[in-house]
Amino acid sequence: MKVLFFGSLREQLGTSELNTALPDGIDTIGQLLASLQAQGDEWKLALGTGNVLFAVNQDMVDADTTISDSDEVALFPPVTGG
Amino acid sequence: MISISVQEQDFDTGEEYRQLQSGNTNIGGVAIFTGQVRDLADNPLKFMRLEHYPGMTEKSLQQTAEQAEERWPVIDIRIIHRIGDLVPGEQIVFVGVSSAHRDAAFAACEFIMDILKTSAPFWKKEQHVNGSSGWVDAKSTDQQRAERWQDNK
Repeated sequence: MKVLFFGSLREQLGTSELNTALPDGIDTIGQLLASLQAQGDEWKLALGTGNVLFAVNQDMVDADTTISDSDEVALFPPVTGG
Repeated sequence: MISISVQEQDFDTGEEYRQLQSGNTNIGGVAIFTGQVRDLADNPLKFMRLEHYPGMTEKSLQQTAEQAEERWPVIDIRIIHRIGDLVPGEQIVFVGVSSAHRDAAFAACEFIMDILKTSAPFWKKEQHVNGSSGWVDAKSTDQQRAERWQDNK
């Protein structure tokens, strides 16, 4: 699956895109967020703020939205356009 | 009709207005909001960098415009949002709505701006004259303005 990062998250993680298989036992985007935090200290720092928004296939969704390997998933901070 | 554009180049508000007011004699009025880069009194701004999520941005703005069409009897909606590096005073956003009567045009224009602020995937980073930089934080007042429309159907 493709996982995209934007804004300050992209900058903190030093990456804009992750291509990865959906880990075993992960059904929702909230669970994916938790599993990514376990990748290391900088991941925990960037993604553990409790202030991360989710999109699946370019629609904003909540944490218990189910995801599959074919989805385009994005994680980003609250938006600041306009 | 809905027109959405996410672009680096500036826009001509007069030309956008002419597009909105012409071609349909049922139009009784046009409401327009434009936003621009504001300088910071305590920490002057060199420029503002606007990043977005290509694809989702256009989809989000289209959905917001469609919601406005469902709620009010509007005729045309035009939304332009710029990306890239913008200096203080430069235009960032244009929202224009035409309708038969002013109440629908005013309300739809305000609704689109309020939902755009909290839903469209744009992020701003400030680059200051003194060399420092920082991401702009989302404001709880913007969230409150957007939520107002949920209780106010």
